[in-house]
Amino acid sequence: MTKKLYPILGLLLATAVLLAACGGSPAPATGDAPVEQPTAAPAEVIFTTPSGYGVTLEAVQSRGNLICGVNSQVPGFGYVDADGNFSGVDVDYCRALAAAIFGDADAVEFRPVTAAERFTALQSGEIDVLSRNTTWSTLRDTELGGNFVHTTFYDGQGLMVREDSGITDIAGLDGGTICVQTGTTTELNLADVFAAAGVSYTPAVFEDADGTFAAYAEGRCDAVTTDKSGLVSRRTVLADPEAHVILDVTMSKEPLGPMVRHGDDQWFDIAQWTVFALISAEEFGVTSANVDSMMTSSNPEVLRMLGAEGELGAALGLSADWAYNIISQVGNYEEVYNRSLGPDTPTYIPRGLNSLYTEGGLLYAPPFR
Amino acid sequence: MSEAIMKPPLAERQTLLGWLRKNLFNSWSNAILTVAAAWLTFVTLRGLITWVFTEADWAVIQTNLRLILLGQYPIAQVWRIWVSMLLLSFLIGNSLSIWGKGKTSTRFTIGLVALLVALAFVVSGPSRTWLLAMGALLAAGWWLARGAGKAMRSVVGIGWVIWPLIFILLLRGFGDGGPLPQVGTNLWGGLMLTFMLTIVGIVFSFPIGVLLALGRQSDLRIVRWFCITFIEVVRGVPLITILFMAQLMLPLFLPSGVTIDRVLRAMVGITLFSAAYLAENVRGGLQAIPKGQYEAAYALGLSTTLSMGLIILPQALRLIIPILVGQFIALFKDTALVAIVGLFDLVGIARTVLAQPAFLGTHREVYAFISLLYWVFSYAMSYVSIRLEDSLGVGKR
Amino acid sequence: MANAPKAHANPPFWRDERALRLLAQLAFGAAVLFFGYILIQNMVNGLRQQGTTLGIGFLQNTAGFDLAETLNDYTRSSAYIQAFLAGLYNTLLVSAVGIVLSTILGIILGVARLSSNVLVRTLATAYLELMRNLSLLVFLIFWYLGVFLKLPLVRDAINWPGNIILSNRGIGIPWGIPTETWPAFKLFLFGGLLLALAIIVIFHFQGKRTGKAPLAIVWAPLAFIAVAVAGWFLQPAAPLSLDLPAVQGLNIRGGRIFTPEFMALVSGLVLYTAAFIGEVVRAGIQAVSKGQVEAARAIGLTSFQTLRLVVFPQALQVIIPPLTSQYLNLTKNSSLAIAVGYPDLFYVSNTILNQSGRAVEMITLVMLTYLMFSLITSIFMNWYNARVRLVER
Repeated sequence: MTKKLYPILGLLLATAVLLAACGGSPAPATGDAPVEQPTAAPAEVIFTTPSGYGVTLEAVQSRGNLICGVNSQVPGFGYVDADGNFSGVDVDYCRALAAAIFGDADAVEFRPVTAAERFTALQSGEIDVLSRNTTWSTLRDTELGGNFVHTTFYDGQGLMVREDSGITDIAGLDGGTICVQTGTTTELNLADVFAAAGVSYTPAVFEDADGTFAAYAEGRCDAVTTDKSGLVSRRTVLADPEAHVILDVTMSKEPLGPMVRHGDDQWFDIAQWTVFALISAEEFGVTSANVDSMMTSSNPEVLRMLGAEGELGAALGLSADWAYNIISQVGNYEEVYNRSLGPDTPTYIPRGLNSLYTEGGLLYAPPFR
Repeated sequence: MSEAIMKPPLAERQTLLGWLRKNLFNSWSNAILTVAAAWLTFVTLRGLITWVFTEADWAVIQTNLRLILLGQYPIAQVWRIWVSMLLLSFLIGNSLSIWGKGKTSTRFTIGLVALLVALAFVVSGPSRTWLLAMGALLAAGWWLARGAGKAMRSVVGIGWVIWPLIFILLLRGFGDGGPLPQVGTNLWGGLMLTFMLTIVGIVFSFPIGVLLALGRQSDLRIVRWFCITFIEVVRGVPLITILFMAQLMLPLFLPSGVTIDRVLRAMVGITLFSAAYLAENVRGGLQAIPKGQYEAAYALGLSTTLSMGLIILPQALRLIIPILVGQFIALFKDTALVAIVGLFDLVGIARTVLAQPAFLGTHREVYAFISLLYWVFSYAMSYVSIRLEDSLGVGKR
Repeated sequence: MANAPKAHANPPFWRDERALRLLAQLAFGAAVLFFGYILIQNMVNGLRQQGTTLGIGFLQNTAGFDLAETLNDYTRSSAYIQAFLAGLYNTLLVSAVGIVLSTILGIILGVARLSSNVLVRTLATAYLELMRNLSLLVFLIFWYLGVFLKLPLVRDAINWPGNIILSNRGIGIPWGIPTETWPAFKLFLFGGLLLALAIIVIFHFQGKRTGKAPLAIVWAPLAFIAVAVAGWFLQPAAPLSLDLPAVQGLNIRGGRIFTPEFMALVSGLVLYTAAFIGEVVRAGIQAVSKGQVEAARAIGLTSFQTLRLVVFPQALQVIIPPLTSQYLNLTKNSSLAIAVGYPDLFYVSNTILNQSGRAVEMITLVMLTYLMFSLITSIFMNWYNARVRLVER
């Protein structure tokens, strides 16, 4: 009986030593120091980066499909219905990427990932790209081993309350309880904003979106917080959508976009120019309906984008008609947006910041040249 | 028991009143207890029955029954599950007639067939045909194996070992085209996934657990220490941490490019967890074998491996069958935790069903139904195991 | 397994069993080490490619999130390690409360299973069968979503007599808040504790010397209570003032409020574990043979003395080991708090993991913490077993 304790003790010690040794340096004494130390030696970074160049595309092409980490619980962004069909703007981005690579928007496997496991899934190579309403932030762009491709949806965090509660602003929530999902930037912003405003509150923290909104629906909380787009889409699936209002409060900037692994710049380029193709197509008025006639457009940039002129596809490591495939099979940004978030959908969100720069929005793509 | 020998007076033995007085109202304190217990029973049952038959809205279960049972398994491929069930019915029929005892076994078989037929008339569509076929095969299996000899026993025994593998292969399929297109594990769900996790856990943890137990008894020091460390570490932490480790850390341990899907990762976690507990149970069995058996085997000139494999282990395993069944029931219930790491097992599916706009707030109905499923299958397993112990005479020597 | 002595003196080393065994062990050890090395190498490589390294220094970084309920003074600007400790304290709280309540309920169930009253016995058996075949996770979720969240909203909260308020925000009960005489009262409590201990020790030795021991289990608590009562009334003001819960603004204020998450977790764990503890208790009582009781009665002990001096010590010997492992199970099962949103050790660690992205470190840390629990339990069991063995002689 006593003997069996020694191995465990040994293991405890060994792990402690391992953790300490791998840490490289003793923990900084003060709490506000950034991360422990500059990570690996620069020489190694230079060595590892080129070794990853192009491997993702090669792996995806030899596998024959793209594996895309998506959400399955947010209608309009990533949602799976009872028959197992995925829909939403994040889902359509994956389809566009598959169209760019394979010329087939259906050559994609959607893998629902939880908020908790999304970064590990990307790090470990389980998914090729993460398109799961993920907020672009410093640590995620660096420490978590990913690169944000581009913002596909400009969002801000909001609060939803019951209309009959009479709450109209953050101060009205003093002493209240707020439902929030764990492991999100939302959780951090909530703490920041309420601390800054000097408003006391109690969080009720849940592990997934369904649980969070179920608790809110039962009256566990006075308010629920997440990205405004999420609030809009989740409100549609509450028992009585009209009984809930989204406060006119923006608690943070939430630029949402797809994310790829560190270390493969070619893959990053492909993922990024897929977004630019969607945006530019809207700017040039190229739609899935008129893309064929646009192949003979008088605008040279449209011709370059669609591959009728120049060799832009080859520069990305793709076929010449990559952007043509995206637009003909998935559509341009506007089509993608309206399909999931447009006025005809239950999850209608006005375009707002997500309009072209020519219309006062933030969508602006570099030139195809 | 002296009461059994000294028979009570006739009046007390036979009249209801006498029985009541003897068992429930033989003293003041007992009378109070009886009234309190009766009141508690009455209130609970009344509340339960009122809720089940008048207040609860079972539409959510009716609409989502297929989802709850089979997850998102493609409708066109559901026949594979039915075929597996047919094989299972046949095997159960065989086993009942081989290992069952006389009248009880007959009654039990008839009861099972009747249950299947009754179910067949509740459901509609092709399920009815399949259920009837299951009943027929069960009866046929029972009939065919009557008076079977030793050979038949081995065949059925092997059948039980092979069936889980057939089940897994049939459900998964191969390649894209062909008669058995592959069904990705991301489509597995519901009760089927719960079963699958349990079956894989049992089948694979068994050999690992036995090896670990032997390793722990071994006098090779390094081997023994490795086994002890593994067993004690796994038993010292909650299953959920192991599942998290399997989901989040396993991918990191593999070389880049090699990936295992989520269901498989959960299976790995569950198998390792179960193996550690199984090892301890097997060790208990090994320790219960008298030393004379070891010595006798050695005296016969058997090597350590042979005496272990032919003499000791079979006896030890036979001894711990009841404990093992208990462990497997616990495993069946524990698979529910995979919902926390995002798989769509019974609990995971329940959560998605509850997110459907039409059925918000039906938590009680959904979770009551899920609990009922867990309860029925666990209870059935423990019932069968008690029957099995009785007829095999295991657990008592 | 025993090795027969070899007949010839010096076999070549490839036939020498000892050498072979050593070789086999070395090979096994090397294989395990190599395998482990490959796995860890893969991980370190993978992490390095993404520019991250392992280390626990990040625990000093600011956490940035709020926790629903904490026993330490954690705020959003505390370090991750503070959050981790808050989770650890919550786990200890739930375990402690759960252990006490499930033991009480378990003893009742165990005795009920042996009751001569058929109805009581049947009810206890039915309860056992119900619990044994349920999935704890489903049970917990059911308690949370199906019971505690279905309580009325705060504005329609139910008021029970005794100022107990029930709502789906929590259950408020009256609670004492310390006044300025509380520190002095704590000294009284400490003194009472010392007195109680002294009584136990003195009675123990007296019992050994004279063979007649007064009931320490009665007198020690009585002494403690007497000192406590004296401390309460001898001071100028009562050390605790009663604080009543009341609905105020958006939430219940005052008193002590138990959140639905805490309530669901504790009720689920207690009701589930009690069924298993009941079985442990029943087995323990049944393990004391009837002859012991009869013999005790024959030498003239009263039925209470029989229970205290004969049945109880022997039953306890059988009960303690499985009971301890049930306590450990309860503690490990409290990690299911994640399903009902109670910030226990595992849930908080999961949040830290998500916010910092440190999966490997956090999972290792959590596992080590739970291992410590079971290590402490093992040490206790070894100590207890050794003690019991001495008593037997």
